[in-house]
Amino acid sequence: MLLIKCPWCGERDETEFSYGGEAAIKRPQDPKALDDKQWADYLFMRKNTRGLFLEQWNHSLGCRQWFLVERNTVTYEITEISKIKAIK
Amino acid sequence: MSKYSAYSLLKNALSNNQNWKASWRDVAPKTKYDAIIVGGGGHGLATAYYLAKNHGMRNIAVVEKGWIGGGNTARNTTIVRSNYLWTEASLLYEKSLKLWEGLSQEINFNVMFSQRGVYNLGHTLQDMRDIERRVSANQLNGIDAEVVDAAQIKEAIPMIDTSSGARYPILGASLQRRAGVARHDAVAWGYARAASEYGVDIIQQCEVTGIRKNGSQVIGIDTSRGFIQTEKVGAVVAGHASVLAEMAGIRLPLESHPLQAYVSEPLKPILDTVIMSNAVHGYISQSDKGELVIGAGIDPYLGYGQKGSFCTIEHCMQAIVALFPSFSRVRMLRQWGGIVDISPDACPILSKTPIKGLYFNCGWGTGGFKATPGSGWVFAHTIANDQPHHLNAPFSLDRFSTGALIDEHGAAAVAH
Repeated sequence: MLLIKCPWCGERDETEFSYGGEAAIKRPQDPKALDDKQWADYLFMRKNTRGLFLEQWNHSLGCRQWFLVERNTVTYEITEISKIKAIK
Repeated sequence: MSKYSAYSLLKNALSNNQNWKASWRDVAPKTKYDAIIVGGGGHGLATAYYLAKNHGMRNIAVVEKGWIGGGNTARNTTIVRSNYLWTEASLLYEKSLKLWEGLSQEINFNVMFSQRGVYNLGHTLQDMRDIERRVSANQLNGIDAEVVDAAQIKEAIPMIDTSSGARYPILGASLQRRAGVARHDAVAWGYARAASEYGVDIIQQCEVTGIRKNGSQVIGIDTSRGFIQTEKVGAVVAGHASVLAEMAGIRLPLESHPLQAYVSEPLKPILDTVIMSNAVHGYISQSDKGELVIGAGIDPYLGYGQKGSFCTIEHCMQAIVALFPSFSRVRMLRQWGGIVDISPDACPILSKTPIKGLYFNCGWGTGGFKATPGSGWVFAHTIANDQPHHLNAPFSLDRFSTGALIDEHGAAAVAH
């Protein structure tokens, strides 16, 4: 069971949160300029990292804010939690 | 290797069972193979077996980082069925089911395939409409399927709660009578033994650390036991597919999640079929040892830890107790988590890749066990001929850019 520290509400049980998968996937500025392969890469292809992984969570049964979690996907240890920043 | 038979049982009993031979040869890797299968699970071993049997390839190896029967193949709820909605999927799973029906004889290893039927329950009017649609689609594809009502379910499964007062009342189900369960680790051992018989090298405790390429052609793999030369690599590593893909410099549309399953203390025979429910989200059967074998959905987060969260266990138990209130006092004996690779359309990827000589068999998600023989059959064809079998052509990696997805999410009773 994960104990997740929401940046707004503090530590809460995993059951209060929804998982949002890989973080920092940037929507292409001009989708029409992409070919099908590039669009598929944006839409479907994922890092699926084994190890330290940056992901997004939503405190769906709490404040309903999205935020970032850096978590080890092997040990499940959460190493950093932060508010969402603009993707460069 | 000696053939297993009633005679061999008797003969070995007379010598106090001290003279059984190892089921497959333990070998060190050679320097070069015509093809290497990475991953010694059921699908990988089946691939090697059919490469040898159907395509005459003998100089091949299966490399496994752990041991045979130590992964998801031997840690699943063993359900075998083919009642998927879409033609592409149902034909692939039906090919597999047909192979299951003769498998024990073919590989001379009792995989204890038991066609005890699978019920997929419907709890709402929409569930029942979806079930009727799927059963009709199955029948059009020549797959046995029928719709049964709550009274028929109650008659076949007396312990189930079909009362209208249930939180999610059971209105009916689809029933595939040819579906059932099999002994999971026997499948791995049986295929390993049968492949070894054909001369396939099964190399355990050999972890792949790199994939070597010359331009866009595979030339070999680096392993914990040294470099092995080959021009064909078939990757069949389930939850770790993305890790292997990264070594080759390609991206896959997969997310790996823990999938937990549970076994209860042994009970007297109480359940002689398989029951699955999407709405309450659980599935259950009883093993020959008497244990209730129970599963449900994946843990929501990405994970390689072979463990999941307790809330997922609670959710699954709630589902089972909702269906079978009389099981509420049953104690659970074991729990385990396997890493499953979930694809965007809940269908596998059995495909060539942009790298010549590199093939991927992945994305089976939560329901790969049932497909073991068929997956091996078509993937062996793909590797041997460098082009897909007509059954797995729709399951290419390209479908994510062409848009020809095969959406089996929810549509095909996909609580596996």
